[in-house]
Amino acid sequence: MDTLIFIITAAIALIGAVAMVVARNAIHSALFLLLNFGAVAVLFLLLYSPFLFAIQLTVYAGAIMVLFLFVVMLLGAERIEDAPDQIAWQRPLGIGLGVVLMLVAMATALRASAFAPPPGGEALATFGDPAALAALLFTHYLLPFQITGIILLVAVIGVVVLNQRGRHRSEEAGREDARTRRREDARR
Amino acid sequence: MDWIALLILIIQCFVIALGVTTAFAYLTLFERRLLARFQNRIGPNRAGPNGFLQPVADAVKLFFKEDVVPSAANRAVYLLAPAMAVIPAIIIWAVIPFGCLDIRGNWQACFEPQATTPLQNILQVAEINIGVLYLLAVTSIGVYGITLAGWASNNKYSMLGGIRSAAHLVSYELALACAVLAVVMTYGTFSTHQIVVAQAGLWGIVPQFLAFVIFMIAATAEVVRLPFDLVEAEQELVGGYNTEYGSMKFALFFMTEYIKLIAVSAIAVIFFMGGWRFPGLYTLGAGVENLAGPMAASIAVGLASLGAFLLKLVAFLFLSVWIRASWPRMRYDRLMDLGWKWLLPLALLNIVYTAVAFVLIPNETLASFVLLALGVLTLVIAMGINRVPKPVDNVTYVKDLKEMG
Repeated sequence: MDTLIFIITAAIALIGAVAMVVARNAIHSALFLLLNFGAVAVLFLLLYSPFLFAIQLTVYAGAIMVLFLFVVMLLGAERIEDAPDQIAWQRPLGIGLGVVLMLVAMATALRASAFAPPPGGEALATFGDPAALAALLFTHYLLPFQITGIILLVAVIGVVVLNQRGRHRSEEAGREDARTRRREDARR
Repeated sequence: MDWIALLILIIQCFVIALGVTTAFAYLTLFERRLLARFQNRIGPNRAGPNGFLQPVADAVKLFFKEDVVPSAANRAVYLLAPAMAVIPAIIIWAVIPFGCLDIRGNWQACFEPQATTPLQNILQVAEINIGVLYLLAVTSIGVYGITLAGWASNNKYSMLGGIRSAAHLVSYELALACAVLAVVMTYGTFSTHQIVVAQAGLWGIVPQFLAFVIFMIAATAEVVRLPFDLVEAEQELVGGYNTEYGSMKFALFFMTEYIKLIAVSAIAVIFFMGGWRFPGLYTLGAGVENLAGPMAASIAVGLASLGAFLLKLVAFLFLSVWIRASWPRMRYDRLMDLGWKWLLPLALLNIVYTAVAFVLIPNETLASFVLLALGVLTLVIAMGINRVPKPVDNVTYVKDLKEMG
């Protein structure tokens, strides 16, 4: 049963990934990537990791892809792929590097010893449990976790600062406008 | 999983899917009649007694409409969008506990935080240990239907509606998730059933009053209902993302909106109003067990809890119709301001309050009331700060002009 679900999900994930690269329309690409994310989320479930399943859906499918779609729609960039490639050697190089990466991955997978058996019995009940995960994050991986938090905080503050700067200028200009208008009114 | 369990699961799925679609149909009638009352009209009362058959008539009319696909539309995405909208709205119901009916007659297990014997509750499809995260994940996917419909229609107004929906839903999701996170922190579990069980004595609205207010505002925005329906603002966008849709495809969008409304109301009931709990439920179970044995007690508790849940749900739906009848639409910049500058910081503040209160005050009841006081205080202060100052620059200086003569 598990194997069957795995084969179907993996096939969907692969189809989504390939179709995403091949599709000419950026929105179609985004949708295929979404399909791929969904399939990967199901794979996490098969690996007894419900927390990662939920996070995969919330963060990747629910937030990042929506922003992608938003930007593509806002810029009207969905047909940009139709133009011929600007850099002629880009495509063969990309394919070549992809093949190399795949070979490396396959070599690693083959050299590794037999796959670790899934934890059974008692270990399975708490494996991938949000509480167990959180405990690990706050003890063993505390430093990386906090560094990630700080990086994200810096990004958030950066967004606010950049936005404030633009806003400040336009507000100044608006106030200036209002002042000159009033002065002109008064003169009249 | 043996085949009886599988059969029960399939029946549950069918009942819930059909149940929420029927609920949607009658919610439209409920809303139209109530809105009519609020506006001193009568509302639809011709089809059947008190307009009871109006939803059926509407459905038949929609089925017989011509099904048009605009020639310049992106056909595949155009056809996919309604399905992508309605599927999340229905699968969200999987983790919502409608009540607690143990089919083995073990009704006490409904009230135990850590059940010694596994509960076989047939009024909830899936009791999973990440229920709350599942709810958030599914709501976050709900954006796609609307956004893609707007894009695929190849219509400027639809497109504007689609872009607005993407920006708007992503903004309010954050506040929503943070409000829900505080609830999770209060009860220390992601399981929806456990959250309901933990609300014995005190309902969630007491410790999480601030989260409740934020949740109600953000949830109304998340289902794009009236004060926040910028996505389909009729006066400026014709109808927004669904302008180019007709027949049952339009009905699916309509359905999505209302099923989501029922779903967020149900979630609000679960998190803040004690779910299927009401005082005296345990006594009822014990009494019936004395009279007629454990199985009857289990059924009695199940039906009573289901009734209580549905009653609370209807109260929330009434509130939501009332809000729709009372408030005009917000301006777009105000909408973004409210989401990012008020709801999100308040929700983050609430998380801090929750963490600090439960660590510093060992008595949970006391901590809950301290949190209630803090929440009310914070809301009052926030409203005080948020008073809109006089727009000095926009005033026409009548007096000055007169003096100039």
